Amino acid sequence: MVPGSPQAPPLAGTWSRLHPLSPVARIVITLGVVVVVGIPSLSGQQSASGQTVYLVVIAAAAVLGMAAAVISWLVTRWRVVGEELQIDTGFIYRQSLRFPLRRIQAVDIVAPLTARILGLAEVRVVSAGTGHHQRGHLAYLSNQDAAAVRAQLLALAHGLAPETPEPPALPLFRVDNGRLIAASLLRGAWLLLLVFLVVAVALAAAGPTGAAGAGRASGTQAVESLVSAVVTGLLVLGIDAARAVNGDFDFTIGEAPDGLRLHRGLLQKRHETIPYGRIQAVRLLEPLLWRPFGWARVELDVARQPEARRQGEARQLAHLLAPVATLDQARWLIGRLAPGVPATPGRSGAPPLRAAFRAPLSYHYLSVWHDERWLVTRTGRVRPATVIVPLEKVQSIRLGSGPLLRALHLANLRVDTAGRRWVAEALCRDEKEAAGLVDRLGGLARRARRLSW
Amino acid sequence: MDYRRPSPRMWIARQAVLGLSSLILLVIVSVIGGLLGGGPGVAAGIGAGLALTAVSWFVERGRYRSWGYLERDEDLVVRRGLLFHRLTVVPFGRMQFVDVTAGPVDRVFDLATVQLHTAAAATDARIPGLRSADAAQLRDRLATLGEARASGI
Repeated sequence: MVPGSPQAPPLAGTWSRLHPLSPVARIVITLGVVVVVGIPSLSGQQSASGQTVYLVVIAAAAVLGMAAAVISWLVTRWRVVGEELQIDTGFIYRQSLRFPLRRIQAVDIVAPLTARILGLAEVRVVSAGTGHHQRGHLAYLSNQDAAAVRAQLLALAHGLAPETPEPPALPLFRVDNGRLIAASLLRGAWLLLLVFLVVAVALAAAGPTGAAGAGRASGTQAVESLVSAVVTGLLVLGIDAARAVNGDFDFTIGEAPDGLRLHRGLLQKRHETIPYGRIQAVRLLEPLLWRPFGWARVELDVARQPEARRQGEARQLAHLLAPVATLDQARWLIGRLAPGVPATPGRSGAPPLRAAFRAPLSYHYLSVWHDERWLVTRTGRVRPATVIVPLEKVQSIRLGSGPLLRALHLANLRVDTAGRRWVAEALCRDEKEAAGLVDRLGGLARRARRLSW
Repeated sequence: MDYRRPSPRMWIARQAVLGLSSLILLVIVSVIGGLLGGGPGVAAGIGAGLALTAVSWFVERGRYRSWGYLERDEDLVVRRGLLFHRLTVVPFGRMQFVDVTAGPVDRVFDLATVQLHTAAAATDARIPGLRSADAAQLRDRLATLGEARASGI
């Protein structure tokens, strides 16, 4: 195949297989697991016969894995016919999956490391109302085919001719990798670890001066366990940071007519779409350790189907707008997505002073404001979280108060959307103000819904 | 703007359940009291049981009285809670589906609970203690209103 002139993949209605190398791409992972798990236990076996048994087991597992991957490749075929993407798969349990193109939310391309080495990529079709057992995954196609299939599926999903090229995405934002690494390392958990470390060092210093021999011994033990806890903590945090960097490396966002295009990943490359209409809420996070640098994180909440609450499309749809950005960039990005979000009104958005009795640790951040299209709430103790909800997406409004809040004539206002991650919370508002807000927001939400239709 | 209340039968049903369970509690407590302290023990057990029943009765009454719902032009308002007040507003256009459930006690008293579901998991709008006929009517009315005003997620 000549690069630059991608061969048109068979979308004309004929069945086609996945790329012949896809079993290889899958097996490599299985083999890796077998080797990592198997070899250490092999050396643990003393007798020669025990080793032989182990080798046989490992070899059998590897062969079975290969056979499964090859069979899975043999029995899987897919085509696009009429208005549907059809995937037939499964050896023991046959599955015939149908994805109506009109209901396709997004078409993502994911390329894990092994697949990338082989020049392969996985096409993931994210469809409305799809459960986790109905995965529209084509693993794997060659890179060109994957891109071409994605373009054609997107075109068909929008009711255009299949030849329509993927709409160009205007580059919008790019995350500096150095900043991403720095930000991933600046986690609050490090502070906790630091405290641990100081305690450990203090104990170690105090240990030798201890009077009783027995006390000294237990002191050394305590130091040892503290040190091992710190090492474990370091390891966990390190892995966590590495995962964050790996997932969000080279993070770029483009703006296309139908949604945002997201590219990210170091070892595993991902190309994702966030359709505009599905965004239920935007959240701006300002972690404590990022504040000296003026950094923030912008997250998205997308709708999920009630029947796919746990593992449905919501998990498949991307939910990050910027892993780390300066506050100005973050505000600008939010402005692109939610034009005209009102700026913070300062003190007038804060709850009455007596709310500090109920929420002494978070009072300084509590705030709520809104205009005719957007509701913005702010909560948090050391890490302010600003949630922006488009009023047209409001599902229900709740008012709640406990005995203490009522004694202070305060109430909590919560606004739900179809998103699965956050609720917009206006905490500790004046009772009368909250009751007024319920009615006002209800009316505005109704109007916004009408206007959007 | 008066809230509609659950059927008084709900209060009867709650009292019946309360009465039965406190009867059982009374027997257990007085037996234990008798085993530990003889005659005075039985008296103390009965006294404690009765006091607990009285407190529960007041709490149950308060909870029963706190329930209320209001069908407005565009939305449904449900309020509940004695100690922790809760008020939920659900626009008709946001209703995904409505279901009616009736447990064993409910069925004895010909009662049912109407529950509203929206696309948001946190929405908690249910109206217990309606007569089954009323519940079915309310369900149908809500379903019709929801359909007429339905809007996308």
